[in-house]
Amino acid sequence: MSISNTTTIGAIDAPSRRNTELLLLVFAVAIAVFAYLNVGLALDGKVPSGVLGYALGLAALAGVAHLVVRKFARYADPLLLPLATLLNGIGLVFIWRLDQSQRLIHLAKISYGHFTPSAPKQMLYSAIGVALFVAVLLLLKDHRVLQRYTYVSMFVALVLLIAPVFFPAQFGARIWIRIPGFGSLQPGEFAKIIIAIFFSGYLMVKRDALALASRRFMGIYLPRGRDLGPILVIWALSILILVFETDLGTSLLFFGLFVVMLYVATERTSWIVFGLLMSAVGAVGVATFEPHVQARVTAWLDPFGCYKTSGSCQQIGDALMSFGSGGTLGTGLGQGNSDLIGFAANADFILSTVGEELGLAGTMAILLCYGLIVERGIRTALAARDPFGKLLAVGLSSGFAIQVFVVAGGVMGLIPLTGMTLPFMAYGGSSVLANWALIGILIRISDTARRPAPAPAPSPDAEMTQVVRP
Amino acid sequence: MSELTLTVMRLGFLAVLWLFVIVAVQVIRSDLFGTRVTQRGSRRGGSGDTRTQQARQGAAPPHQRQQQQQGAGRQRRGSPTKLVVSEGTLTGTTVALHGQTITLGRAHDSTIVLDDDYASSRHARIYPDRDGQWIVEDLGSTNGTYLDRTRLTTPIPIPLGAPIRIGKTVIELRK
Repeated sequence: MSISNTTTIGAIDAPSRRNTELLLLVFAVAIAVFAYLNVGLALDGKVPSGVLGYALGLAALAGVAHLVVRKFARYADPLLLPLATLLNGIGLVFIWRLDQSQRLIHLAKISYGHFTPSAPKQMLYSAIGVALFVAVLLLLKDHRVLQRYTYVSMFVALVLLIAPVFFPAQFGARIWIRIPGFGSLQPGEFAKIIIAIFFSGYLMVKRDALALASRRFMGIYLPRGRDLGPILVIWALSILILVFETDLGTSLLFFGLFVVMLYVATERTSWIVFGLLMSAVGAVGVATFEPHVQARVTAWLDPFGCYKTSGSCQQIGDALMSFGSGGTLGTGLGQGNSDLIGFAANADFILSTVGEELGLAGTMAILLCYGLIVERGIRTALAARDPFGKLLAVGLSSGFAIQVFVVAGGVMGLIPLTGMTLPFMAYGGSSVLANWALIGILIRISDTARRPAPAPAPSPDAEMTQVVRP
Repeated sequence: MSELTLTVMRLGFLAVLWLFVIVAVQVIRSDLFGTRVTQRGSRRGGSGDTRTQQARQGAAPPHQRQQQQQGAGRQRRGSPTKLVVSEGTLTGTTVALHGQTITLGRAHDSTIVLDDDYASSRHARIYPDRDGQWIVEDLGSTNGTYLDRTRLTTPIPIPLGAPIRIGKTVIELRK
């Protein structure tokens, strides 16, 4: 996509399409309630008692979000909100389903001495997430305002990325900030949004220098040495995150986002080549001396070779087997054994429950829903008129896409597993909050982008035109 | 719960999930087949739906007529509340007027960042004078700022709805 475009692309009649959104929202809530009923019937043989509360709660959240969009972002994209609601609703059902598992209850009692169900907490996080979504739409009247905070957001993002170093590692990675009496926070999720704001503001100013000042060598444009500065800085930072926080996911997301946005801003393929080379060098370099990363790579290469000796190998092996036992059409909701994964079955590994209980068909549908969210984001970028909005929409949606790829690829054994959450579905407050805020910003940009041009003002001279006869 | 019911529910759920995806794709079909592509610079030259184009043409009177009348142009009463970009790549962008100075140009810190080959980095500014009358001033741009057909040499009050041209971008003040 070029951001110095020569054409404007818009819908013929840009209707607000709010009613389409409402219908799809009703459909999405109905699917989630159906899933809840199905799980209850499969597990106990009777309609679960919480179904009314769940249905009303989800419908209330969706309804509030819809009314706010109808009032404050009339021309926004009609698909983003229903897709996010569907994923969040189905995610809640899966988390609730794993709460019912006797194995996981037993495991929690052994490890922590008590068991607290996750689904009510996740429902609360979803409600806070929708509140944040509403707040974004109410407070952010124009996304161009964010451009003013380019360097402030760079600073905030750096603080958020560096802060977890000073907190004790949990589960082998330092990605949490622990606030006493409140709980823990995963700042990387919020840094994703804030860093996209910084990159778009920065690249909007610098893209001409980065795109034009280059030499042609062997068919590709080589950037000048001094223009390599920023990419080297970002690369070094992401390597540092990898070394000190042993967090592969954030590091990959951070660097990948920058390379994608560089490519979009400058239209130079050479950036992608450089980016891939540098990340390969960095990954291989770090993997040779960092034991935590090494363990992940071993688990990825041969999960069944070390199945009995290493916890992470066992998790990956169990996840692969749950995908396998799901087959094409799945075992049916509530009838799988993905709870054997044990630790993080409802967080990083929630996709393997989807894979087992809904099968290939269901997993594809869920991944398509993610794909559609990304598509709507890129589409918003195409339609946006200002370069900052274009870059921000591309940045947010590609960040979302990279996150889905990294976690889904990790669970499926395509790439080494990293500690990231599947947006909207996985259990975790920070993730749900940050992704609702992300959808809010995308809806704000798409409202500005799809808003039809105001009708031409009646010419003040129109009534003065008269035929003068001799 | 019988095995049959569960199988029906399992397949039914997958069907409903896919139905949602298909409906969602149907909603965005209009993006693929119903877009209007407008070339920059030639506002009427788009290859889109001719009916809407004609409708737009009918609504916006040709500018020549406006220009002939410019000398005797009568200014509408009332002060403008917004600035609208009516031609160029930024078509449709509006900025609310709250008494602030609006800068136009390619520089990224301008109020309206022009992505126009004929614009200078600090091209022009629009500001209210003491009586609340909006004034446009050219800031020594290379290709000039035009109010209708006249190139600006001094700061000049902007009549409501008069087109200010900067390269291929046209800006108007509206009520």
